[in-house]
Amino acid sequence: MSLEEGEICALLGENGSGKSTLVKMMYGLVKPDEGEMIFQSRTYLPSNPNEARSAGIAMVFQHFSLFDALTVAENIALGMVDPPPFNKLSREIEEKGKAYGLSLNPDSMVGTLSAGERQRVEIIRCLLQNPKILIMDEPTSVLTPQEANVLFEALRNLAAEGTTILYISHKLEEIKTLCSRATILRAGKVVATCNPEEKSARQLAEMMVGTSIVTPKRTESQGNRNGQPLFRVENIEKESSSNFGTSLREVSFEVWQGEVFGIGGIAGNGQDELMEVLSGENLPKGGTIMLNGHDLARLNPNERRKRGLLFAPEQRVGHSAAGEMSLTENAYLTAADRKELSQAGIINWSRTAEFSQTIIKQFDVRTPGTDNFAQSLSGGNLQKFVIGREILQNPELLIVNQPTWGVDAAAAASIRQKLIDLADSGAAVVVISQDIDELLEISDYISVLSGGCLSKARPVQELSREDIGLMMGASRESLPEAVA
Amino acid sequence: MDFAAINPLIFFSTMVAASIPVLLAALGELVVEKSGVLNLGVEGMMIIGAVCGFITIYNTGSPLFGVLASIVAGGLLALIFGILTQVLHSNQVATGLALTLFGLGLSALIGQPFAGIKPPTFPKPDFGFLSDLPVLGQLLFKYDYLVYLAFILVVGVSYFLNRTRAGLILRSIGENHDAAHALGYNVVRVRLAAIMFGGGCAGLGGGYLAMIRVPQWTEGMTAGVGWIALALVVFASWRPYRVILGAFLFGGVTLLQLNLQAVGIKINPAYLSMAPYIITIVALVVISGSSNRLSTLAPGSLGRLFYKTM
Repeated sequence: MSLEEGEICALLGENGSGKSTLVKMMYGLVKPDEGEMIFQSRTYLPSNPNEARSAGIAMVFQHFSLFDALTVAENIALGMVDPPPFNKLSREIEEKGKAYGLSLNPDSMVGTLSAGERQRVEIIRCLLQNPKILIMDEPTSVLTPQEANVLFEALRNLAAEGTTILYISHKLEEIKTLCSRATILRAGKVVATCNPEEKSARQLAEMMVGTSIVTPKRTESQGNRNGQPLFRVENIEKESSSNFGTSLREVSFEVWQGEVFGIGGIAGNGQDELMEVLSGENLPKGGTIMLNGHDLARLNPNERRKRGLLFAPEQRVGHSAAGEMSLTENAYLTAADRKELSQAGIINWSRTAEFSQTIIKQFDVRTPGTDNFAQSLSGGNLQKFVIGREILQNPELLIVNQPTWGVDAAAAASIRQKLIDLADSGAAVVVISQDIDELLEISDYISVLSGGCLSKARPVQELSREDIGLMMGASRESLPEAVA
Repeated sequence: MDFAAINPLIFFSTMVAASIPVLLAALGELVVEKSGVLNLGVEGMMIIGAVCGFITIYNTGSPLFGVLASIVAGGLLALIFGILTQVLHSNQVATGLALTLFGLGLSALIGQPFAGIKPPTFPKPDFGFLSDLPVLGQLLFKYDYLVYLAFILVVGVSYFLNRTRAGLILRSIGENHDAAHALGYNVVRVRLAAIMFGGGCAGLGGGYLAMIRVPQWTEGMTAGVGWIALALVVFASWRPYRVILGAFLFGGVTLLQLNLQAVGIKINPAYLSMAPYIITIVALVVISGSSNRLSTLAPGSLGRLFYKTM
């Protein structure tokens, strides 16, 4: 593959297709077994990141490589080959920040910053080196759309000044608007190079996977809302437990059997708080959560599971799954009661292993075995495992937060299909997602969470992308007609 | 009861001397923990430093050699810990505990022929007329060399950690070793260096006990000072200057307990012996009660094993 000066080039590929390995070689973290890289007509083989940085290659990581207990200036100094004294560095940080619309206070502690601000730290750290190539590994996966737009603007400015940007992302729409060229990797090989603007997101995804992707099919006229709702949430109130969170205000919705209920909204508008209240990790201050006519609002997560309310939270490692435990152990953790995996307090390991084996088979989880640590799986595979674990417990209602976040296109499609299948089998599904297209694709009814308030649910046939976008941007007060 | 029998000047200067072993050991451990490693073997490294320093000063008559022997012995024992935990990825807590037991046993073995012997006296610097000054002379200019060295070391460590690039790198490795590795810093090498420094400091602290403070060799003479040093690091919330404060507090309470007994206060001595430990526990509870990790400066990767993944 090749990169030209001043272009924004995308690097595409499924999880495990070798994107990360490739850029790590460019950044000196991994050594190639064979072959060579030529940078500015010279052979280039960095043996560590310091060499890469001095040659002019900088990288912004997917998981931020930042130090919480150090200040912005200290973090930036650590990533530079030869940093200037601190007062000079602080001034440069402020200047660069202004120049690209990425302002930062050099003395604030990184641990207190938001995800978007943390990413600015990384980017400015790179920019201060005046890099010739800037590698960005999934930069927008943790950003709100507004933050992402600020980032795109800064990247375009940089490219116009002659910096080459290599951009890795799963979000194909984003690549179509930002990048002028895309190189596609599959199973460690370059399979195609194209202009992403000329291809549809679907074509790009198919080039990555190598086969055609079946869009999840929603059978029509599902969930005719007759009789009693299966699940009814009324007037949930909850103060957020974190400083940056959003408090829930009078959240109410109803879900009928056999339907997929989508909750849209930009991250940070109360999604995490809603998920915690619904799953029972935190109890609401007021309101009721009724499933089949029983109030679950005061029950803990395990009691709720026993009654058929299952969930898959957003954060896969550390929330849905324990990273340093095997898949079998993780299967036991939520399925113990419903699958009767223990008797009199003694775990039935053979049954548990069988259950996790079933999940792996039915949900096409790619892993060497059930004894592997959960954290050794790629994001998409672990998500398939987590969703599979819940679905196979035959829930009455499954609540999923951001089901396809950071998951490649093929895995995302299969996860969505499974959620639809679950609804078709008579259960109900609540999907909380930032991804408008995903909601339109699988939901029957959609409402939007904004500033801790949930809009009235509307059937998906009445809604367009723009409608939802508008609902996301506005609070309930300012949109009384549109919602009612 | 006669508090007048406690001379505040003498009390202070004795307290300073009494706090040196724990100060040195805690300072070394602070650097180790700042690099993200928890070495529970402080007690073992101290006692090995004590016995090696004592044997050397007794056989050579040279205080300098004694000091060097203490440092080298503590450092070598720490290197064993370093290789086990950093290269062979053994569990830090278990290895540290083993190091303490190993140090106690080994020191008893090699120190046995030297029990109860008096070492040559340790010299003090001559400040001339300064040490004859009223009050100040007693407070500042009557100590042996190692007391001054210990305080210089505190200033040096504080400067190193907060003002130098090498110190920043060490802190970054303790804060998030994966990120530091991704930036291209050699986590294992920096940690080995920090562990050796910590061992040297602990060894010197032990040596101070055997060569100057007591001075003689007794089996198990560190008597838990290494554990107090570990607690002091948390008490000081990983700030070098606060280690001095903690060491004085600990030294002061220990000394007060002896003094109070001497002036005949009717209180069961067992309570007084407990006091330093209780104060430490209370301080630890207060500190860990604060929910914000950032305000305590606790290293984020403390005690976690580092595997090169990328």
